[in-house]
Amino acid sequence: MRLRRIMVMFTARNREFFRDRAAFGWNFFFPFLLVVGFAIMFGSDRHQSFKIGLFPQPAGPIAAEDLPMPPGVQETRYLSFIGFSDQASGMMRLQHHKIDLLVEVGAAGEAAGPANYRYWVSDTSPKGYIAERLLREGLRAEGDPLPVERAPIQGYQVPYIDWLFPGILAMNMMFSALYGVGFVVVRYRKNGVLKRLKATPLSPFEYLTAQMLSRLFLLMFSLVIVWICCAVIFRFRVVGSYLDLLVAFLLGGASLTAMGLVLAARGTSEEFTNGVLNFLSWPMMFLSEVWFSLEGAPEWVRQVAACFPLTHLLSAVREIMNEGATLTAVAPQLAILTLMTVVFLTIGALRFSWTR
Amino acid sequence: MPRQTSTILQLRQISKHYGEVRAVDGVDLEIPAGICFGLLGPNGAGKTTLIEIAEGIQAPTQGEVLFQGAARTAATNARMGIMFQSTALLDFMSVAETLAAFRRLYDHGADLEDLSALCHLSEIAGRRTTDLSGGQRQRLLLALALVNRPELVFLDEPSTGLDPQARHNLWAIIEDIKSQGKTIVLTTHYMEEAEHLCDTIAIMDRGRIIANGTVDQLLKAHCPEVGISIPIPATAGRAMPPDLPSHEHNGRVKFLASDLNRGLNLLLANGFDLSELQVHPPNLESVFLNLTGRHLRE
Repeated sequence: MRLRRIMVMFTARNREFFRDRAAFGWNFFFPFLLVVGFAIMFGSDRHQSFKIGLFPQPAGPIAAEDLPMPPGVQETRYLSFIGFSDQASGMMRLQHHKIDLLVEVGAAGEAAGPANYRYWVSDTSPKGYIAERLLREGLRAEGDPLPVERAPIQGYQVPYIDWLFPGILAMNMMFSALYGVGFVVVRYRKNGVLKRLKATPLSPFEYLTAQMLSRLFLLMFSLVIVWICCAVIFRFRVVGSYLDLLVAFLLGGASLTAMGLVLAARGTSEEFTNGVLNFLSWPMMFLSEVWFSLEGAPEWVRQVAACFPLTHLLSAVREIMNEGATLTAVAPQLAILTLMTVVFLTIGALRFSWTR
Repeated sequence: MPRQTSTILQLRQISKHYGEVRAVDGVDLEIPAGICFGLLGPNGAGKTTLIEIAEGIQAPTQGEVLFQGAARTAATNARMGIMFQSTALLDFMSVAETLAAFRRLYDHGADLEDLSALCHLSEIAGRRTTDLSGGQRQRLLLALALVNRPELVFLDEPSTGLDPQARHNLWAIIEDIKSQGKTIVLTTHYMEEAEHLCDTIAIMDRGRIIANGTVDQLLKAHCPEVGISIPIPATAGRAMPPDLPSHEHNGRVKFLASDLNRGLNLLLANGFDLSELQVHPPNLESVFLNLTGRHLRE
């Protein structure tokens, strides 16, 4: 292996990226637009369900007919219910926007006073506001005064944008890694660039390493620029360490890029590769909790989500950013990302062909 | 220990099959060092497949390739240069950057200023590869094939798609490379290109080498006759000389004579009007036609 040859390919790929002004600009503009656009859109989306957590209840989704609440609530559309065994686990989900509202069932007779239900809702969540209105409307049939009491959330409430922002960055990273490596290498194979490189002393390992390093460099570069631009407009709070965040993004980027290299290892059809990339990236985007939580989702959906590097990247990043977790605390996610990188790279290197 | 040999490249019983299709079928070739070796044949003859096997880009179904008498290694590959028939270049790079990038992939290589001068690239060194004309692009690809100062250079259809002027410019550069003592293996379906550049020519058709030798050897062996043609009206009322085989083509009668003087004498003796006579010296096209019954560009 020659570091010089890796550097040649690293430099060539970077030049291509920076000189392709349209693609270069779009790499920054796209995530920025998403952050702004979705921050606005979420307030007006009337077609999604609102997740209401209840405790103390058996953990997991609760069917409307099994709901220990009045018919008015059971019959309210667009509400889904998830049980938690205790307040702490429900509160943790609420604070991280995995549920929109948390209800304590059967609070009467205890500290809650005359109300049968006590609930908590995040003031920063647009979905929480609507869920609260729906819940109160559903309980109104029980008479006046409402048998419900709103309680203040103790401790730090994660602003919704703080929860959403890492998801958008990670999603952008996923698309950039998969398409920037998978699609580009297949195009190079199709138009003969790889065949030309095969005629040089460059080895597949050197080539793939250069591609991976280049993409990682560009991912991190884009990440920093987008972060700075968004931070100028939005107020983010990073509870954990920026360095820890960087490490998590770096390992996540490596695993996503390595995944792209598996796709890039063979094939000369850009159309087919595009189809496979869509097949991978769309489920990954929806199941990795970029936009919404999988709280209350069936177990098999969670297991599928666990197969995606984006899930572990987001989990680690949100824990660091929103909860102040250290690298040690997110070590399981980082270990999985590292393992995925090694597995994907090995598969990619073994399957790689310059011409087929 | 490789044996000392003046043969730089040997192909032994090379075959390449794609299912039932035999793209290359049992080819044996020995290419001496220091010559320009031409592989001539129509499109689809198997030239590119054969040359890519020789280059190490494709693996043969059977057979072996020896470089200076030994099996190829990564080290010997670095002593070869390749200009592929169709290659894209790295996007958004200039000519100079592309040359420098490829040069750095090798441990040893050419001086880039000399190389740019040889391939007439100095004046367009700063131009993006996407902005090059066909001829400039081929000259850059040729320069990339020479960037490691190879002993053996493969040129696969180097002038395909070029206008006559660009083609002749490219030929001049290839002649310069020849004069440096490098061995060149060139595939082409242009008869003129093979005749102009090649010392030895192998004619390939349907995956096989059907003739091999210098141009003179091929002409003498496979096309000894010279053609003499006159317009069809000039033969009106005259008996055809029995010793001169003839056929009609494009409004003319073409006679084939083993000796030009004897052929002309026979036509004069039979009273033909030779005022619009044309002489057709034998060429590689005629050789191919005689060997296969088809034209090179059919």
